[in-house]
Amino acid sequence: MNDIVWIIVEAVAKVLFLVLILQLTAAATVYLERKISAFIQIRVGPNRVGPWGTLQPFADVLKLFLKEDIVPKAADKFFHSLAPIISLGIALAVWAVIPFGDYFMIGDRKIMLGVAPDVNIGVLYVLAMTSLGVYGITLAGWSSNSKYSLLGGLRSSAQMISYELSMGLSLLAVVMMASSFSLNDIVAIQEGWGGWKWNIFLQPVGFFIFLTAAFAETNRAPFDLPEAEPELVGGFNTEYSGMKFGMFFLAEYANVATSSALISLIYLGGWALPFSPEAIGMQEGSILFALLQTLVFVLKVIFMIFFFVWVRWSIPRFRYDQLMYLGWKVLLPLSLLNALVTAAVIVFAI
Amino acid sequence: MNNIKNTEAERLNFWENLYLPEIAKGLALTFKRMFEPKFTRQYPEEIWEADGAYRGRPVLVKEEEGERCVACGLCSRVCPALAIEVQAGETEREKERFPKLFEINMLRCIFCGFCEEVCPEEAIVMSKEFELVFQSQEEAILGKDALLVPISELQDRLEFLRQWR
Repeated sequence: MNDIVWIIVEAVAKVLFLVLILQLTAAATVYLERKISAFIQIRVGPNRVGPWGTLQPFADVLKLFLKEDIVPKAADKFFHSLAPIISLGIALAVWAVIPFGDYFMIGDRKIMLGVAPDVNIGVLYVLAMTSLGVYGITLAGWSSNSKYSLLGGLRSSAQMISYELSMGLSLLAVVMMASSFSLNDIVAIQEGWGGWKWNIFLQPVGFFIFLTAAFAETNRAPFDLPEAEPELVGGFNTEYSGMKFGMFFLAEYANVATSSALISLIYLGGWALPFSPEAIGMQEGSILFALLQTLVFVLKVIFMIFFFVWVRWSIPRFRYDQLMYLGWKVLLPLSLLNALVTAAVIVFAI
Repeated sequence: MNNIKNTEAERLNFWENLYLPEIAKGLALTFKRMFEPKFTRQYPEEIWEADGAYRGRPVLVKEEEGERCVACGLCSRVCPALAIEVQAGETEREKERFPKLFEINMLRCIFCGFCEEVCPEEAIVMSKEFELVFQSQEEAILGKDALLVPISELQDRLEFLRQWR
């Protein structure tokens, strides 16, 4: 009985902490996006609110709270309000299985870093949740009762379906190597060899496929067709204003953070260090070592977020037929081949 | 030679068709850009000083004995936005006409500079002022007191006009 209370307290504390951290991450991503895009365009970027403009995203969110919330007369009110909740809720829900580090011990209690990190369906859960994210956008497009929104929503669903396949197949190769769906196990197989055992080196093709699919899944440039401003006004969020728009906005950046975290966990070694904890005089399971692991992981995530922003401001948007061509005729066969070769190597060579 | 490849995409070579090297090139370019010195001016702290060619708020030239304007009304006539209103008055001085009322509605003014171009006396010129803030519509209608500017402050513009007009 006492044990159950302790588990519930631990889970609730972790969830509260995670939701707070995620909102801050989304805010930090917005700031990074604005600053990096400014630097790429030889501008200075936000520098008025707070030191170096770091409080700019909070000012933006505050502004969105104060804005009028306009719902079109012909819109389906219920789904119009539901769509942003789905988008943001699912963007946050994915983080339930994402671990920040291995574990640390308090007394003889093993505390995993993450809400439910070591679940044996981690990868499947992530794929399922990111697929559900389409509903938010498609519902937003449909319920707005506007042709631009509808087109944006349709594009989003078509795009996500096309890229989910190659994403799943490239993950399949990694899952076969780890022979586990748990993200902790996937990180565990990347430890050792002084950092050369990362999946990016063992699965370079899979990495590129996953990276491309991740861009498409998060609706980021060069695959930001669902909200393509020059063609579709704002795509699915044309008819949204105030904090409902803000929720889509936060969801997009939370998704960027999610994809960055997944890429660093699955392909960049996560928190895996090239040396054993004893080599630097630390114990496995101590809080300090767990913090070091988290720091390594966070640095990788920040680098991936930087990469996402960097790509957005460098590469022009794909045309719709090019997007479909790339998804079905290039990435899908490549990922199938990749999965097949990996399976053959595992079966016959090891 | 008969070129049967008709679109740009068909003429790309293998590496260009692969996209990845080209994407890497693009990323390298934007990465280099990040470290270039910025051109941005931190506006309220660093104020920009315009030169003579700048067309800011139109003003009336004020000499020692008063305004140059003889209230001919040409500026009012030429103004495409109908921003200028002039009412003439008479005095006993040698230059007997003067504007009793001279108003420019800055909400209408489009800074085209026609008034300056048409003025036979070089009495209305475009100044360097660009920080125009008004709290109400009435405030934006500038009368003679706001429009008259001593000639010493307008030397740049007058020189520019003499040289280029």
